[in-house]
Amino acid sequence: MKQSFLYLLLFFAGVLLALWGLIPETLLNSDIATWVLYGLLFLVGIQIGSGRNMFAVLKRFGWKILMIPLATTAGTFGGVALMSMIIPERSLTDCLSVGAGFAYYSLSSILITEFRGTELGTVALLANIMREFSVLILAPWMVKYFGKLAPITAGGATTMDTTLPVITKYSGSDYVVIALFHGIVIDFSVPLWVSFFSSL
Amino acid sequence: MTYILLAITAGIAAGYLCRRRTIVKYTGSLLSVVIMLLLFLLGISVGSNNQVINNFTAIGLDAFILTAGGTLGSLFGAKWTYKKFFTTK
Repeated sequence: MKQSFLYLLLFFAGVLLALWGLIPETLLNSDIATWVLYGLLFLVGIQIGSGRNMFAVLKRFGWKILMIPLATTAGTFGGVALMSMIIPERSLTDCLSVGAGFAYYSLSSILITEFRGTELGTVALLANIMREFSVLILAPWMVKYFGKLAPITAGGATTMDTTLPVITKYSGSDYVVIALFHGIVIDFSVPLWVSFFSSL
Repeated sequence: MTYILLAITAGIAAGYLCRRRTIVKYTGSLLSVVIMLLLFLLGISVGSNNQVINNFTAIGLDAFILTAGGTLGSLFGAKWTYKKFFTTK
């Protein structure tokens, strides 16, 4: 939570500095961001490669645990595709790219900016921040009406870190391992889906 | 797309090979720093892009609509999965 706040603060600091014209031209026209992005993806890879063993979790819960990230992915894409019909100025692949962020706003917005420009990148940033916050605020309501898996699928890639505490609280500690597994799988899928939809 | 896949797979390989070394413990912190840098850069490109600044309300509304769709969709997915696979224990 504290970290999300810091991220937002830095984003808005960048916006304000650029609005006031305090950023040198050379920084605006450089492709530093692209190279830093590759570095970021390399680090994401290191985390996946060195992380907890997913197969151990699979053994304990059986293969039905895989249904949860599948439900997250299918549900999100279905919902976003429906919504793309009421936003005619954005294409289906634009909307799917934004949805494929699964609340991983930092990575998805940066990737989408790279592929589709700053405007859609900003949509992705805001949309995925909102998704994370909706879980933090609405988790009890989600559990009440959609069952104990609800905050996990809604939390997307954040169920292994920022939304884990609320999931533990409202779904129960039985769901912690499921949430961790789900977060790892979705986390891993974000760069793949986003670059897939953006390149269509 | 190719570079992106390359960067991730190289990372996974490196992470797997170094998984028993203490150095990988610092990946998380390093990652936050890189994310902060990139979000700051994204902020700069938003601030210097008049099209985005002038349409900020519309962009926010689109973001909200897409969030609502994606989140509700995944909630229905959760409900279905819970009924189908997790209630018959």
